[in-house]
Amino acid sequence: MSLKNYILEISDLTVSFDGFKAVNKVALYVEQGSIHVVIGPNGAGKTTLLDLICGKTRPTSGKIEFMGHDITHLPEQKIVKVGVGRKFQTPSIYPTLTVFENLEVSYPRGRSVFGALTFKRDKKVISRIHEIAETIFLKDLLDVPGELLSHGQKQWLEIGMLLIADPKLLLLDEPVAGMSVEERSQTSKLLNKICKERSVLIIEHDMNFVREIAHTVTVLHQGSVLAEGPMEFVEKNEKVIEVYLGA
Amino acid sequence: MNSLLNNKLTGKKGDTVALLILAAVLIVIFPLIFDIFRLNLVGKYLSLAFAAIGLVMCWGYGGILSLGQGVFWGLGGYAMAAFLKLEAAHNIAAEAGTDQIKALSTVGLPDFMDWNQITELPYIWYPFKSFPLTLLMMIGLPGIVAFIIGNAMFRRRVSGVYFAIITQALCWIMEILFVTRQGWTGGINGITDLRTCLGWDIRSQSAQYTLYFLTVVLILAVIIIGKIVLRTKLGQLLIATRDMEDRVRFSGYDVASIKIFIFTFAAIVSAIGGAMFVFNVGFMSPKLVTIEPSIYMVIFCALGGRNSMIGAVYGTLLVSFGRTFFSEEFPALWMILMGAVFILVTLAFPRGVAGIVEDYGPALCRKLKLPFFNDNKVNSAE
Repeated sequence: MSLKNYILEISDLTVSFDGFKAVNKVALYVEQGSIHVVIGPNGAGKTTLLDLICGKTRPTSGKIEFMGHDITHLPEQKIVKVGVGRKFQTPSIYPTLTVFENLEVSYPRGRSVFGALTFKRDKKVISRIHEIAETIFLKDLLDVPGELLSHGQKQWLEIGMLLIADPKLLLLDEPVAGMSVEERSQTSKLLNKICKERSVLIIEHDMNFVREIAHTVTVLHQGSVLAEGPMEFVEKNEKVIEVYLGA
Repeated sequence: MNSLLNNKLTGKKGDTVALLILAAVLIVIFPLIFDIFRLNLVGKYLSLAFAAIGLVMCWGYGGILSLGQGVFWGLGGYAMAAFLKLEAAHNIAAEAGTDQIKALSTVGLPDFMDWNQITELPYIWYPFKSFPLTLLMMIGLPGIVAFIIGNAMFRRRVSGVYFAIITQALCWIMEILFVTRQGWTGGINGITDLRTCLGWDIRSQSAQYTLYFLTVVLILAVIIIGKIVLRTKLGQLLIATRDMEDRVRFSGYDVASIKIFIFTFAAIVSAIGGAMFVFNVGFMSPKLVTIEPSIYMVIFCALGGRNSMIGAVYGTLLVSFGRTFFSEEFPALWMILMGAVFILVTLAFPRGVAGIVEDYGPALCRKLKLPFFNDNKVNSAE
């Protein structure tokens, strides 16, 4: 069908909350191996869009296809199993578990009740956790409980919890919010590294960061797509400047 | 910060020591200092502790507050009582021989059925003719009820206060059901006058000793099994679900099935306690499956520390003894005094008895140079 290799194809997606269309006839295509950023003013429907993809919110109409499969109505855990990982806006980690345990719980084995009861922490699991911890800059903090991490480290940990399941598409909701300049540049390195084997769909407000990482940018406004393309192109769009970027 | 460090202190070694201390208290100290009357009382309290342990599993770990644990506890109890009652009825029939008047009842039928003009054993009583089947019913009945309720509620994502209210309603339904179907359940009087189990007189002193120890052994076994379960990945998942349910769901887990499992498991644990209660006390009554006992079970668990199964046992004993003591010494004031204790404890020690031990235990052990709480090794070190 499509000339390019799209991992995620969203067509005509609409969700209506009591008549208010938070997302209105949105079409969005995410290329394989790309970093796709969604920007837009508050209330544009960005987070709702991610909620729709991962199944947290159900669309009123439209279709979401992932790697050729219709995932519009799959249960949340099945969407995860086909390879979509979602990071939330506020870092959602398990505060009382250690970094190691946080990653272990996210390890994609023993997902059924029986599987979890018989799950063994074998060499494969341990080495995979160390590998991920290294990637997300937390290898020295494996034994630290999640709630003691800094805000930025929590963001990384949650990304790591997704990575350990090896998803094909990562949905990240404001991954650099609350990060220091140093942490931010590390994160952009991290994202550039992980997008080699997978696609990343990001919501972000920080324009410098977007410029740095985005391959494609989609601007949402009042639930609809306002503009789409590379950042240099989108930045010059008059409508985008008017509603979002400012003069 | 403090609470975090303490989580680590309850590592394997600390746990084992705490379990050994509990075993010593129950097996050695109590039988030595109490006469059989008091010891039987402890056995009765310990039977309630099973429900508190179940609550630690589903509430403390899984974050599912059940205000209806007494229902499952009661189903286990009623199942056992039904078996013992049938045996009692057969004994009476055997003693009476052919003398129907002496039997005061339809032969082989529990007395309360006769009072309700029931002349044939209802079908639902059939399994209680056999001891193995009774054991199966004692576990299976509450297990199935919990499984069905869990499926209905957790699949629809009913949680928190709403779930608690529904479990509360369950108690009420159960009470009404068991009081009104008096021909089947003994009504408001419950199932009374239980004497023997497989020919063994459960009311004799030696039997009461044996039953006490059986209760203790079962409670220790339940704690050990519980610890094994909670130490698996499932235990971690329960904590994870309690603290951040959406994260678990979007990590590819079916959260409902995790909740259903622990809720059912907790129900079965409670049911064992109900059955032991019947053995220790010799009757079962609908008064024990109403709202009040279920609330007490939550109080046991909260006072003991809702993250500690061992704490739940101490919590049960403390509250139950407190209740007995206050009601004997200050008959007019005891409810108020108990209430005051609960409020004070919740305010001062939100993590209950277990929290106190975790907060002050390590320092005390260090002072006394005891090696109990040095087990600070973290499990990921490899």
